[in-house]
Amino acid sequence: MSLHELVKNPTVSWMAADGPESDIVMTSRIRLARNLAGLPFPQHMADHKTAEKVWDTISKGLKNAPDLELTSMNRLSDLERQMLLEKHLISPEHTEAVSPYRGIIINRTGSIAIMVNEEDHLRIQCLLSGLQLNQAYRYADDADDLLEKNLEYAFDEQWGYLTSCPTNVGTGMRASVMLHLPALTMTNQKGAVFNNIAQLGLTVRGLYGEGTEALGNFYQVSNQITLGQTEEDIINNLWTVTLHVLDQERNTRKRLQEEMKYQLEDKVWRSYGLLTHARVITSNEVLALLSDVALGVDLKILPPIPRHIINELMVAIRPAHLQAAGGRKMDTAERDVFRAQVIKNILSKVKEG
Amino acid sequence: MYCDECKTKPATVSVTQMFNGNQVQLHLCPECAAQKGVGFFDLGGTSLPKLLGSFFGLGPLSMGQVQPSLVTSKSCPNCGVSLKSIGQDGRLGCNRCYEVFREHLEPTLRRIHGNTVHTGKLPKKGAGKIKLQRQIEQLKSELQTAVVNEQYEKAAELRDRIKELEKSKGVR
Repeated sequence: MSLHELVKNPTVSWMAADGPESDIVMTSRIRLARNLAGLPFPQHMADHKTAEKVWDTISKGLKNAPDLELTSMNRLSDLERQMLLEKHLISPEHTEAVSPYRGIIINRTGSIAIMVNEEDHLRIQCLLSGLQLNQAYRYADDADDLLEKNLEYAFDEQWGYLTSCPTNVGTGMRASVMLHLPALTMTNQKGAVFNNIAQLGLTVRGLYGEGTEALGNFYQVSNQITLGQTEEDIINNLWTVTLHVLDQERNTRKRLQEEMKYQLEDKVWRSYGLLTHARVITSNEVLALLSDVALGVDLKILPPIPRHIINELMVAIRPAHLQAAGGRKMDTAERDVFRAQVIKNILSKVKEG
Repeated sequence: MYCDECKTKPATVSVTQMFNGNQVQLHLCPECAAQKGVGFFDLGGTSLPKLLGSFFGLGPLSMGQVQPSLVTSKSCPNCGVSLKSIGQDGRLGCNRCYEVFREHLEPTLRRIHGNTVHTGKLPKKGAGKIKLQRQIEQLKSELQTAVVNEQYEKAAELRDRIKELEKSKGVR
């Protein structure tokens, strides 16, 4: 599948929702930051020449990897870039790439996405459905070994892998999970939970990473420390914390069902009604309603909607995916109308199936 | 519920801490929580690079206000990035910067990570010395176990191997 086809495809690997605990853990992500020895980091490249050198070195390094092809961001339209962002495969920063030597390597299923000349020369990411941190690390680690065969990494005997920002030095690894926590949010317990998380050297962010709000009750938990801990330690720490949070979310859901049965059912059904009957709707409203609907499905209050459909909806209603589906540029007002139709179309698949 | 620490004020913050691998749940009032440094690690937010940059100003060389201009005018011979620019945006220029500004970076890294020694993955190429060092450490801990278990023959063997490796480390 070409990169353009993958961009257009309604789903990528993580959206299949086939991983363990994928009712609450939407994704597990591992990101490794790597740089080439001797060349300036991307932010400090004085001219295209150094960027080109990085590009050439990396593309030569990919010769033994037929599944991995380096594509310049310039070969992707603005819409395609936004669609990759909406699928969580590239960073907001990478969508604004101007240099022809900023690139992207994505495998066939979209589980591996490697950004070239973003903040670091290489940002190797693996994104999987559910709680699969170890598996994600294995894939990212393999990709890292494969790339290293033909490259020399910037590495320091004491400080490990060297990165543009000192917050990534050491393992260069950021491990994260995207958690859907409607019950903890509803009952105002998330503050206490996140305090615990901060105690263990982990941070919490919103749906689209650094500096974004927690849309749709999604929270991204990731490690803050990259130096002095092994990759295994970091993953085990995050894994343990995630299981703990999962437990708290599940217990709270159970208590909500026991103690506020009718209020909960009412909330979930109202959201379902709005989502399926609205004629004009914004993406933030959809995310909020979808959160209630997903909860309702998990608790068997609502008729079953497969989680991969919910994931597909979450992505399909974002501006770039909407415009791609509509085949034309739309302003906000047009999008809000079209969005309501797209929701209906996707949900009709459930009734038929 | 009252605070586990002062036992007088109501507990509003719950904290999970690891003690010898066991999770201990503490319930604290806001004051005691603040004293215990709850939220200390929370360096998140969009201004992180700038916040980091400001760490460099706290480095040992500028501590006594020793001609800051002289200190910050130092720049990396490989990429030309100056300490001043790193101080501003919290980003380094290239891998050589880490050597050139080593003494300034050490306290910054300690502040961010609470640690300054990498223990994770090693690249396949290079890093020979550290690989050897880790091997030696591994053998040393095996040696200790052997001695505790009174496996003296094995211990002698391990000792010889450690000596050998240390010799080859010296050669490098």
